[in-house]
Amino acid sequence: MNDSLAYSILLASLIKVLVLLFLVLTAVAYLVWFERKVAARIQGRWGPYRVGPHGLLQPLADGAKFLLKEDTTPAGADRLLYFTAPVITLTLAISAIAMIPFGPASVHILGVATPLVIANINVGLLAIFAMTSIGVYGVALAGWSSNSKYSLLGGLRSSAQMISYELSLTLSVVGILLLAGTFNLSELILRQDGFTWGYLPKWNLLSPTFPQVLGLFCYFIAAIAETNRAPFDLAEAESEIVAGYHTEYSSFKFAMFFMGEYASMITVACLASILFLGGWLSPFPQTPGMDWTRYIPAAVFAASGVALILDGLHHRSFARITLPLLGLILGALSFLCLQPGIIDYVQGPFWFLTKVLLVLFVYVWVRWTLPRFRYDQLMRFGWKVLFPVALLNVVLTSLAVVIRR
Amino acid sequence: MPISYYLALSAVLFGLGVIGFVFKRNIITIFMSIELMLNAVNLAFIAFARALGQLQGQVFVFFVIVVAAAEAAVGLAIVIVIARNRQSLNVERINLLKL
Amino acid sequence: MTPQLVIFLILAAITVAGAVSVILQREPIHSAISLITVMIALAGLFLLLESEFIAAVQIIVYAGAIMVLFVFVIMLLNAGAEERTNMSSMARYVGVPLAIFLLIELAYQVGAATSSMTAQPVAEGATRALSMLLFQDFVFPFELTSILILIAILGALVLAQRSEGAPAQRAQQ
Repeated sequence: MNDSLAYSILLASLIKVLVLLFLVLTAVAYLVWFERKVAARIQGRWGPYRVGPHGLLQPLADGAKFLLKEDTTPAGADRLLYFTAPVITLTLAISAIAMIPFGPASVHILGVATPLVIANINVGLLAIFAMTSIGVYGVALAGWSSNSKYSLLGGLRSSAQMISYELSLTLSVVGILLLAGTFNLSELILRQDGFTWGYLPKWNLLSPTFPQVLGLFCYFIAAIAETNRAPFDLAEAESEIVAGYHTEYSSFKFAMFFMGEYASMITVACLASILFLGGWLSPFPQTPGMDWTRYIPAAVFAASGVALILDGLHHRSFARITLPLLGLILGALSFLCLQPGIIDYVQGPFWFLTKVLLVLFVYVWVRWTLPRFRYDQLMRFGWKVLFPVALLNVVLTSLAVVIRR
Repeated sequence: MPISYYLALSAVLFGLGVIGFVFKRNIITIFMSIELMLNAVNLAFIAFARALGQLQGQVFVFFVIVVAAAEAAVGLAIVIVIARNRQSLNVERINLLKL
Repeated sequence: MTPQLVIFLILAAITVAGAVSVILQREPIHSAISLITVMIALAGLFLLLESEFIAAVQIIVYAGAIMVLFVFVIMLLNAGAEERTNMSSMARYVGVPLAIFLLIELAYQVGAATSSMTAQPVAEGATRALSMLLFQDFVFPFELTSILILIAILGALVLAQRSEGAPAQRAQQ
């Protein structure tokens, strides 16, 4: 491989990394907005709607608040560990997204054809689990280094919970590995290609060999517990233990924990949609009769653009201009999606993002619907219920694979 | 990429583990030096597996990791009991069979 | 200066620095963090040696579970800094130089003895071949280690249990 080709590949990877980093950080910020809006609607209220039209600038206000707050360090805290813990959490949460494939095609950047994934490692699935394993240290060290009994207790409980549910998380995915036979995430998606009986997609959830319903059930519950979200958030809930392991953190370090939690939510949702819901595969068969399904992304963009324009006309203030402008931009995007060169590139990422949004919606829905588990109930559930169910899934799947062969 | 570099690194790590085992006084740190020695051995196994083109080295590393896990669990349980009984983690204070 | 050599030197430097830090730190929690860095750097070295599965297993099991156990025990026992006692003159003037000499000698001899070995090319699908080996040739040790883990779990449970009454009294003395 000559030098100039190596350098262009390196540069293309760097551009992909920067684009993805920007997208992920924006997604994390707007996931907070999404959660607050959905939570509000579930609770019968409006959610943020003052800061910018429909509260869309709320993440910016939150960011400014975090940056301008006073940055305290508790007395007697272990300096090095206190500063490193949130860095570990955020870095690992965002790095795990490097392994996620967003689409089938390859794009041409600087004349080099690169696939829509930053690191297509052969053990991609294991690498993502490795990152979540090390993420336990962010929590444990934050609890220890804060020199406060609430932090220590919350940190110990959180990390014990994370390592218990990590076991069920990895075990619930073994069914998928038995069906596919590879750790590579792009390969896993390609094995889910095809349609049984002509119209039912062969996603792992609806697999003809053994539908991975139990697997998705276990994975989702274990993922909620792994990311310390309700109903498994006893170790960081305000009414229970002040704020658990991030009690003594303020300003940007707390923002890093906060962003790390939402980034790991996004990672887990992406992984769920890749493993169980078919990743970037379209749910419609690609026969000539179903050619109209290729125009769905453009239709969705156009519809949302029109909705934004009509909605903007209701407002009175500055939103009268910005919302229709956003609507026009979406309309231009939808026009762009109709172009013959781009329409094929858009399909994969569009379906992938739809599935991820669906999983995230269920995530937020579960948080604001179910009451919190007590800590001993939580540990009992993780070891005595979820782990045997995941094992049962492995046994049944392997039986089905052997019988079908 | 000559394999002898990896083996020299593994030897250095093993030597550092031995030094830690001999010189340190906290039981948990002594335990961690043992884990360091086990890691050095893992590196040597993988390097040899690559040098000889066989995969038995990797299988051995798998078993070493599993055995290290079992040993760490039981060893740390013993450390907890000792710390509870002698109220000290200093290995020089745990030299009597009876308090 | 191939890129492989550069990456090897960086990872080796991190490994040795971490290992030296394990020995030199006064607080056990800092030694534990240094050991975790050593293990992650070693996983990087395993990746360089083209054994991706073992690298992932090293991080998930060794750095992500066994070291968590160490960190939990350190936090539980509230292990503080080691006492500062000066080393005896025997240790300082004979022990430390001998230790450094041991290191240099080991590294030199091992390196010289194997200097003629080169890396063999690696076949694709090494994970599949590894699992074939594990479940066909080595299935008996595999089952034995699962029983070993069961024994270890039972042992740890029984040992760390508090028996009723007696330890509470002893703790009050």
